[in-house]
Amino acid sequence: MKEIDVTHVTETIEHLCIEANTDLGEDVENAFRTMAETEVSPTGKEVLGLLLENATIARREKMPICQDTGLAVVFMEIGQDIHFTNGDLEAAIHEGVRRGYQKGYLRKSTCHPFTRKNLGDNTPAIIHYQIVPGDRVRIIVEPKGGGSENMSRVVMLTPSEGIEGIKAYVTQRVKESGPNPCPPIVVGVGIGGTFERAAFLAKKATLRPIGTKNPDSELEALEREIHEAVNKLGIGPAGLGGKTTALAVHIEMMPCHIASLPLAVNIQCHAGRHKEATL
Amino acid sequence: MSREITLQTPLSDSDTTPLRIGDRVLLSGTVYTARDAAHKRLVDLMDRGKPLPFDLKGAVIYYVGPAPAPPGKPIGSAGPTTSYRMDAFAPRLIEAGLKGMIGKGARANEVIEAIKTFKAIYFGAIGGSGALIAQSIVASEIIAYEDLGPEAIRRLEVKNLPLFVVNDTYGSDLYEEGVKKYAE
Repeated sequence: MKEIDVTHVTETIEHLCIEANTDLGEDVENAFRTMAETEVSPTGKEVLGLLLENATIARREKMPICQDTGLAVVFMEIGQDIHFTNGDLEAAIHEGVRRGYQKGYLRKSTCHPFTRKNLGDNTPAIIHYQIVPGDRVRIIVEPKGGGSENMSRVVMLTPSEGIEGIKAYVTQRVKESGPNPCPPIVVGVGIGGTFERAAFLAKKATLRPIGTKNPDSELEALEREIHEAVNKLGIGPAGLGGKTTALAVHIEMMPCHIASLPLAVNIQCHAGRHKEATL
Repeated sequence: MSREITLQTPLSDSDTTPLRIGDRVLLSGTVYTARDAAHKRLVDLMDRGKPLPFDLKGAVIYYVGPAPAPPGKPIGSAGPTTSYRMDAFAPRLIEAGLKGMIGKGARANEVIEAIKTFKAIYFGAIGGSGALIAQSIVASEIIAYEDLGPEAIRRLEVKNLPLFVVNDTYGSDLYEEGVKKYAE
């Protein structure tokens, strides 16, 4: 058994919140460059250039890439041989978010659903725990903005709708979202499980690095097919028209009930922000 | 080819009517920030016949909730938020004199109609380029609703803020036209 002091978790999350919001992922930056070459719309090309410039300024000035620094979605993959010491793990996670958003000059966006009163420190974080074999903790922080999250949906398809139904729904969702979620987007798709698990799978799918292949060849083909369909919609960078509507389509799938075909579409903006660390 | 036009606030009909969708505008002068909660309060004040915290005549509202200003900077990252959430309030403000709106994403038909009728203009800023946009903001001051935090109303002084004309005074829509051009 390995012991981990929870203050170490706090410090790590503080750092990851700032890094995720100010340092655009290398995979995203590479995708912007590649797509700027293939984009046929002059405006679309220009927008991709501006996004690269924005990333450079953000990194240089340690300024958030986007003012919507999101709710802090924290994925905790905890090795079963770990014992956390020196306090409450969950409180330590929230404290990391609180400090990161304060010290990094990040915007605080959590509020009361009815009164809309801002809670002032961007807590609570949205935490997903997973227990895995081993004695390490993998922590991923994904700041999730409101604009793209608002365009996301969960739907319970009937089994007879099948793969065609999935393709049609995801493509239609991207079409209806139009310019709102800040294209070019990453489309996270969760298929199967239950209502809430499909949503979790879709969120998890947004974390896969852009440019990596789905290990399942059937899903890889489906990702490619949906990606092509989405890029034919004409939405383009910033929604001003073009061929680059999605940077990637990523699918996570698991078995489901014989009566159901749960489908979730979690849309992620072009910044695709997330950073991770292993303790 | 789209044109590049420089504009200075406050805006009048002679500023807005020559604009066409796709034009690039470099806007300078004063713009006011307001988003969901501030819009609700502004319209509540109008309903009660009370004065507003700033003069709407010829004004430009930027739909933004900026990140906090780091030391030595007037403002933090400050890109546009999605505009449709303000659609329920925008026609009222336009009727009362609001001339320009800056945001991202498509507007409701009621807003597009009000833009046409009252010769207002809707500009798009590039969503998710908040660090870049912040370079065009030279001063920022909270003038109302400090309790709303990032949603407070701020008076911003901007210099050459880069924008696209999305909805012009002739009822055209850049998002619709742009997408039509590239859809297969």
